Amino acid sequence: MLPEGIDEILPPEALALEELRRELLDLYHRWGYDLVVPPFIEYLESLLSGTGSDLELQTFKLTDQVTGRTLGIRADITPQAARIDAHKLRHDGPTRLCYLGTVLNSRGEGLAASRSPLQIGAELYGYAGVEAELEILCLMLESLQCAGIDDIYLDLGHVGIYRGLIQQAGLDDVQEQALFEALQRKAVPELQVLVDGFELRNGLGEMLIGLTEMSGDEVLEQAPEQLAGAGEAVLSALERLRRLAALLGERVPGIPVHYDLAELRGYHYHTGVVFAAFIPGQGQEVARGGRYDDIGRLFGRARPACGFSADLKQLFRLGRRERRTEQPAILSPAASDPLLMQKVRSLRTQGRRVIQSLPGAGAGETECGEMLVKQGEAWVVTVI
Amino acid sequence: MKFDKPITIALSKGRIFKQTLPLLAHAGIEPADDPETSRKLILATNHPQVKLLIIRATDVPTYVQWGAADMGIAGKDVLLEHGGEGLYEPLDLKIARCRLMVAGRAGAELTGTPLRVATKYVNAARRHFAAKGQQVEIIKLYGSMELAPLVGLADLIVDLVESGDTLKANGLVPLEHITDISARLVVNKAAWKMKHATVTCLLAALREAVSSEPPRS
Repeated sequence: MLPEGIDEILPPEALALEELRRELLDLYHRWGYDLVVPPFIEYLESLLSGTGSDLELQTFKLTDQVTGRTLGIRADITPQAARIDAHKLRHDGPTRLCYLGTVLNSRGEGLAASRSPLQIGAELYGYAGVEAELEILCLMLESLQCAGIDDIYLDLGHVGIYRGLIQQAGLDDVQEQALFEALQRKAVPELQVLVDGFELRNGLGEMLIGLTEMSGDEVLEQAPEQLAGAGEAVLSALERLRRLAALLGERVPGIPVHYDLAELRGYHYHTGVVFAAFIPGQGQEVARGGRYDDIGRLFGRARPACGFSADLKQLFRLGRRERRTEQPAILSPAASDPLLMQKVRSLRTQGRRVIQSLPGAGAGETECGEMLVKQGEAWVVTVI
Repeated sequence: MKFDKPITIALSKGRIFKQTLPLLAHAGIEPADDPETSRKLILATNHPQVKLLIIRATDVPTYVQWGAADMGIAGKDVLLEHGGEGLYEPLDLKIARCRLMVAGRAGAELTGTPLRVATKYVNAARRHFAAKGQQVEIIKLYGSMELAPLVGLADLIVDLVESGDTLKANGLVPLEHITDISARLVVNKAAWKMKHATVTCLLAALREAVSSEPPRS
């Protein structure tokens, strides 16, 4: 038995997963993203820096026997990539990084409730313009297509809208937390009670409740009017979403986009646009990302940042991909004839799979479609 | 009303089903079978695109959370226990109304330290007493909570109270009001996004039905 939420992948799926992994990393390489391999375990402070409390509960912790300090097993690679960008690379221009690795979550998220997702993702640092979000979104969509997932619905939001409204409301932390929770559940009856209790002015209460309804594909047309009195920050967040939508429409025409101005995924560390990909039959998103400009500050440099990530194992399970067709394996007899050895070596160099029999054992022979047979002095491949 | 995408709605039979029927009828949805007489768990409706799943009340949030049903109707009591994670609950249907209350024996002295509380609503009870800073021991029961104080299993109970008759018949009195309960419409997040036109259309019809129906208990 394996612990709850921990899985393993066996043949032949493991090889197919590996093929997908290579293809995705090649894709990121072709887009100019450099691979980084951050450590599996780090000092807890640096793992959690800038991520707020979102990751704290999800992180497995243990004590370092050498220093006595608390270590964390990463629950998300994004902050590690941000640390590498801010602290290690120190480039001034745009930096593109990608990564792949196992993360551990102390509490599973999602139906499969995996606690050990194989996180794959890409991050773009050092560029504050909307074109960065566009590039990351396009790369996310291409990753999903590469995994054989189509019929994708994109969900777009912007945490700056809610944040802007909250700043004007002047609520304390407890009040804000209650409001945040109710809004995440679009629980209109509870929001009404909270907003009435807070005695918000200037139509702020109506706007906050109105956010729950501000979703759909046409919301960007109506929202500026409904949020007209919401202040500069809110309106510029809306404008940002609009520009991204326009650019996305040109780049990926026909993709269904759903805007949701009450969507606050990863609110505690996201600072701008947030997005996710949904597919029919899955009750939860299959890939997610957004802008998180502040995260590098604790590592000495606040850099514009945005990125996406997904669980490779989930993409693999959901995708319908053609397996790479491979020639059948070749069975070699258990002889130690130097000519046979030479032939085996040469076949393997050509990329063929050659399984050499072990004396007295028959294992591995079942999958072979061809075998090496001695004809005169030479060894030749014949169909079994 | 038009449905351009298939929609499944999960709900429990009994009171919630009966009181939901007029609301669904307002939205033009009528089930083809009666769950009280039919053994079917999936009920067809007059709309080929709309199906009803008949499941246990406590399972409704789970079905909807994981997208096995697009929408559901669940009591706030069930949602409080479930946590409501991964769900939208945009509408109070104002049906199946009652109160979640703390009750105990009339005139009994509460001296136990910590007090023992018997309930089916473990999370709601824990939160209520924690908010008061009161240390209690929670005993999970699946029914007939009223019995627990009578036989010395617990000092208090946390339970749903409608008329208060069951409490009275067992010599118990309501002590604290925790929250008002009514049934909510819950919606799966992905369905909200991918079937948005259909979901909001149905939501609007139900909202209208709620405001035109007189409040029910």
